[in-house]
Amino acid sequence: MHELSIAQSLLALIEDEMAKHGKEKLITVKVRHGRLSSVVPEALSMAFEVLTADSRLAGAALVMEETPVLLRCRDCSREFTPDPPTAAFAPCPGCGQELGHTVVSGRELYIEYLELE
Amino acid sequence: MQIPVVRNILEANANEASELKDFFAQKGILVLNLMSSPGAGKTTILERTLTDLRDELRMAVIEGDLQTDNDARRVAATGAQAVQINTEGGCHLTASQVRAALASLDLDGLDILFIENVGNLVCPAEFDVGEDFKVTLLSVTEGDDKPEKYPLMFHISAATLLNKIDLLPYVDFNLENASRHARTLNADISLFPVSARTGEGMAAWYDWLRSHRAAKKKLA
Repeated sequence: MHELSIAQSLLALIEDEMAKHGKEKLITVKVRHGRLSSVVPEALSMAFEVLTADSRLAGAALVMEETPVLLRCRDCSREFTPDPPTAAFAPCPGCGQELGHTVVSGRELYIEYLELE
Repeated sequence: MQIPVVRNILEANANEASELKDFFAQKGILVLNLMSSPGAGKTTILERTLTDLRDELRMAVIEGDLQTDNDARRVAATGAQAVQINTEGGCHLTASQVRAALASLDLDGLDILFIENVGNLVCPAEFDVGEDFKVTLLSVTEGDDKPEKYPLMFHISAATLLNKIDLLPYVDFNLENASRHARTLNADISLFPVSARTGEGMAAWYDWLRSHRAAKKKLA
């Protein structure tokens, strides 16, 4: 349950960007989270709503999109998404190697864009 | 107006952690971030390690818990320096909490700083605290599929201690399964089956500590 601290950090970045661009109103914030980043979207939405209530950010939309896990095989360098995609790790579909794949994507947690007015 | 941003949401913590890392590098202190579920035996492992190596290495501990200073008192009883952070509900330690705790420690001549994180296999994985390595503990009274259930934690750990092996005859834990799951997530992970209670297996863990501590000192 670290979504509250994630939401706090998110708000600090939003305020920083709004000041940088001289904008007063946040319409939308788009967050990209990797499947491995252990963010529960419902919990983050709730935290965002609670923290922005009664502030100038109240009513802004938080849009989240999950990035699937992409692995690179340690042996044959093939890049693949585990099957089923809900699994975090899986044998390489090319050579069968089970161990030591590198995570190419799936750990990210970042703001993709802001819509400001 | 849509503004592309692409900023890591946890950048403030990541930046602070990397400053801490530079600071520890200058001092030549090996820093380990110790993580597990509640009750896996982090504090007991520390008590044993601090006692067995006290004539050889200077060690200190930062203890993270929601409440109480029980763990810091247990650790301090070994003679090591200990400072307690109470997160009061927070599910992980942050780099700024660790920075604040450093003020209570004498860092001169320190060899190893252990940071015992809040018992939790999810959240601490996302928050670096300036460590060289993450070390996870998994006890045999838990399921041997734990690495599979918490993949990120084991993927990013340099070492895992499989604790309470003195209880293996009484539980269904399969050491081989757990090791295989952990290696699937991280082929280079160092695995140490140990019992902090009896001391079995601890020698290999101590060798790991010694070699990484020597490597860190050499770089300072």
